[in-house]
Amino acid sequence: MTRALAKPRSRPNQPSTLWLLGPAMLVLIVWTQIPFLLTIYHSFRRFDLLNPERQGYVGIGNFVSLLTDTIFWTSIGNTLVLVGAVLVVTIVLGLFLALLFYQDFPGRALARTLVISPFFVMPVVSALIWKNMLMHPVYGLFAWIAQSLGQKPVDWLATYPMQSIVAMVSWQWTPFALLLILTGLQSLSKEQLEAAKMDGASPWQEFRYIIVPHLAQTLSVVVMLETIFLLTIFAEIYASTSGGPGLATTTLPYLIYLKAFAEYRIGVAAAGAVFAVILANIVAVFVLRLIGRNLQTAKGGMA
Amino acid sequence: MRLWKALFIGTGLSLSAALAQTTITIATVNNPDMVTMQKLSGEFEKKYPDIKLNWVVLPENELRQKVTTDIATNAGSYDVLTIGTYETPIWGKNGWLVELSGLPASYDLEDVLKPVRAGLSYQGKLYALPFYAESSMLYYRKDLFAAKKLTVPAQPTWTQAISWAKQLHNPSGGVYGICLRGLPGWGENMAFITTLVNTYGGRWFDENWKPQINSPEWKRAIGQYVELVTKYGPPGVTGNGFTENLTLMSEGKCAMWIDATVAAGYLANPKTSKVADKIGFAKAPVAVTPNGSHWLWSWALAIPKSSKKVDAAKTFITWATSKEYIELVGNTQGWVSAPPGTRYSTYNNPNYQKAAPFAKVVLDSINTADPTKPTLKPVPYTGIQFVGIPEFQAIGTQVGQFIAGIVAGKASLDDGLNQAQAAVEKLMKEAGYLK
Repeated sequence: MTRALAKPRSRPNQPSTLWLLGPAMLVLIVWTQIPFLLTIYHSFRRFDLLNPERQGYVGIGNFVSLLTDTIFWTSIGNTLVLVGAVLVVTIVLGLFLALLFYQDFPGRALARTLVISPFFVMPVVSALIWKNMLMHPVYGLFAWIAQSLGQKPVDWLATYPMQSIVAMVSWQWTPFALLLILTGLQSLSKEQLEAAKMDGASPWQEFRYIIVPHLAQTLSVVVMLETIFLLTIFAEIYASTSGGPGLATTTLPYLIYLKAFAEYRIGVAAAGAVFAVILANIVAVFVLRLIGRNLQTAKGGMA
Repeated sequence: MRLWKALFIGTGLSLSAALAQTTITIATVNNPDMVTMQKLSGEFEKKYPDIKLNWVVLPENELRQKVTTDIATNAGSYDVLTIGTYETPIWGKNGWLVELSGLPASYDLEDVLKPVRAGLSYQGKLYALPFYAESSMLYYRKDLFAAKKLTVPAQPTWTQAISWAKQLHNPSGGVYGICLRGLPGWGENMAFITTLVNTYGGRWFDENWKPQINSPEWKRAIGQYVELVTKYGPPGVTGNGFTENLTLMSEGKCAMWIDATVAAGYLANPKTSKVADKIGFAKAPVAVTPNGSHWLWSWALAIPKSSKKVDAAKTFITWATSKEYIELVGNTQGWVSAPPGTRYSTYNNPNYQKAAPFAKVVLDSINTADPTKPTLKPVPYTGIQFVGIPEFQAIGTQVGQFIAGIVAGKASLDDGLNQAQAAVEKLMKEAGYLK
């Protein structure tokens, strides 16, 4: 194990592999950076698909148009609410399920496969299943249950739009959190838990003082990866609520989509995309710092 | 040697036949009449063996996005586009469409309804051929109305419609008082809502392009609409567009429905409707003014400038909008399903008159819809259920969202309409209509 890790490090006279990597790197740079540069270019231009004769440089006009739009601020708020709520739900549920699946019980392998399956359903498909088969106030399963219990069916997507989206997305992402946390749990030594038991620790104390500190790193990774993916959630909103009713579920990615494909204002959409990159960076810096601190305290605790 | 020659010529011939065959790509809406057109396309390919058809069939909102981005970026993915009376003049003006002149005499352009032809032209030049045309009207359940001893006049008022909805609403019996569109979108809820606002005397813009969305007329109309759909409508109204309401009505779940006249053929057809023999037809209800109480729309076929197969595309759209095609649908699918609203000859056809009890209401509604006078007061735009400017898709969709928000109880009537007004004002300033 240690030899395998040490091997590639100490070889000063190995020929450089850069020229082999070069073409791939070039393709990668062209592939990722040209669209980004084009986005920045368009964010300073007026470019309305439907008005071909009115085009040109507008300075920061597109940015001003966005920043003075209440819809923009609502969408940023909605994005943060969505990401935050899904993070909390998936981590709490994922942790709970992971602790459950950490135990031995008959049929565990099968149950494990079943519980991670939502993660492999395509987002649009899962949105349509939730919208039409579960939440529909006339044909949906929930409406049927409510009616069999003598209750009035709830129009979930109209009455609780954000909560419904959070439920859908959490359903998809809980397996992801579960998988990572379970892997983390499996590296926990059973001896340590036994020792704690012998010292008279209650299950809660075990959880609080052994399991949680042990999982700190895993949890940080889950938070970071999920944040990155959740900031771009789009398909669920597109297929179920179309950002509404009103502006209840209009997030930044959906707003950008609206500006580009409902209003055909490419310039404003590009400005929105630039803001999205800025927002992702702010969140990433914030999250990375948080993780860095956690890692340090985790290390400190060990020593 | 001879055998070789024969073989050689044989392959050459089949090769040239394959080369001469052109495939055209047609983008269309998944409405029932277009689905029929797709089903019957075998007949076209039989008649014109050198043209193959490739279909892209999508729901209205998605089709619009695809087609608009395609034509605006000159991508050229489609040879035939299905567009409406909103897009045609704007795109014709932009020079994006092939002008449709020099049609064969057998096509008989004079037979096409005049208001429809005018709606598909820009400065007297025709840019699309109507596949079907429609206005809007009131559908009601004759059996339910008779049971309560209610009679519907040829031209009902909104006061009457509201009282009928109250009396017939019976959700435990599986019937809702009134079904109306609620799905946000300029071509969905706003198409209906604009006709309602029109007849209550409201308008989108005053003569100086100042938005009027928080005016008293709008408040009265939208207040009425919200009360109707929340108290006497089916649940989940903000998810119901034309297609969803058509299903609800044909399943017998609505006592009344006000929507496109094109649904009549589907509702009166026993094959597609559970209540085919119980549907009554009347003109769309009127409040303060009859102007703009019912819309004018045509789904039409056009050829983008970016197409490289203009001749084949023209052959197809001439066929699909011809008398011959209408005859074909009448004979194979039943006359009740014939594409309505496009040709005087359809309405003069005794077969159609017999099969379609709604023919007169439809023809009257189309002929009395005047896009230049959509409401009581003068307006700077043309269009009844839309405003004929490129920005309207954005405006209509955004206002549609705000109104869905009011229906869902996310905002009060006043707040919702004030927000909509502010959003439209901002858009109109940025587009350069307002100082």
